[in-house]
Amino acid sequence: MRLLFGTVFALVIAAVVGLGTTWLALTRGSAYGGVTIGAWTGWPKNGTAGIDPYARAIVARTGELPIGSGDGVAFYARTDDIGDPLDGRCDVLLSGTTPQARFWTITLYDPEGRLVANSAQRHGFTSQEIIRNADGSFEIMVGPRARPGNWLPTGGVEKYLLVLRLYDTPIGVATRTGSEAPMPLITKRACL
Amino acid sequence: MIRLTLWLLGALLLAGIVHLATVLLLPRMATQDAYARVSAIAPVNSVIPIPGPTPEKALMPFMDPAFQVSVCRYDLSRGPLKFSVPISQAYTSVSFYTRSDVAYYAINDRAAGRRMIELDLMTTAQRAELPENDEITAADRLIVTSPTTTGLIVIRALAPETGWIPAVRNALAAAQCRPQ
Repeated sequence: MRLLFGTVFALVIAAVVGLGTTWLALTRGSAYGGVTIGAWTGWPKNGTAGIDPYARAIVARTGELPIGSGDGVAFYARTDDIGDPLDGRCDVLLSGTTPQARFWTITLYDPEGRLVANSAQRHGFTSQEIIRNADGSFEIMVGPRARPGNWLPTGGVEKYLLVLRLYDTPIGVATRTGSEAPMPLITKRACL
Repeated sequence: MIRLTLWLLGALLLAGIVHLATVLLLPRMATQDAYARVSAIAPVNSVIPIPGPTPEKALMPFMDPAFQVSVCRYDLSRGPLKFSVPISQAYTSVSFYTRSDVAYYAINDRAAGRRMIELDLMTTAQRAELPENDEITAADRLIVTSPTTTGLIVIRALAPETGWIPAVRNALAAAQCRPQ
């Protein structure tokens, strides 16, 4: 009797803890082996045959295709520079420069990776579309209300994330620090 | 008390095994991964365009809306494939994914260094059967070996501004992927 009870107890614990940790690992994003610069995190290794098993499982679950490392690298930002989650009801200023790359794009997604509907039908910018300052730096205002200059509409959604993709770039698996890769600053301004 | 601790220890050990097994098996069990999504619309060994993402509908999450994308779902079981795509004005890349969505190779227009990206795709076994001292093989043909018999070739071309889209689509429409 005691043996039976023990076995059932052990199996239940194993199932709950085992499946629970898998679920957590796959839904909370892989903080594993990433390169974090400021608010941005990228996983250059996910675009190679050396992708780790957790990232493979995440990719299989979400249905996305990681960018191949010979193509480019993607950096994700879910928060601003001081760690507050990006809120579509606030104005957020994206400013500075990007790492060296032939082209880059910046895109706004909801947490599931869908584009966000908005009246301007703008979902991002490419490096050629952006209006720059005289020194080559740029400013993008991300927010719910229309702005002159580079305005990236949030459609007023509660949560969103920004993805900066660098194409044909030396940034990759070997990149470690912000001095190699200066990323745009993300600063929260006024909220609605 | 000791008995309970032992059971708990055993349970946690088993939990670790369950965790690892599910993580490792998930890519094989997934029914909604990128390969499955592409398979639903793409015939084998031909290039087809993938509709761009919109807020309502996207084939895959996190697609870059600045790009036009075409894909060739390949099957090498009957022999190697020849692949070619003319490069567009701005930026074109070709990425190769295995059946389980691992990006094992990617090349862009600059690395290809010509007006066309041209290459032969084959399995490791087919590669081994190639005659060895073939000078043409060495000099002119880029050979990519696929770790799996099936997989995806994804061709992505950037339209830096919306006005470029028709020209970029034209370049992609000329892409070919066919058995030798």
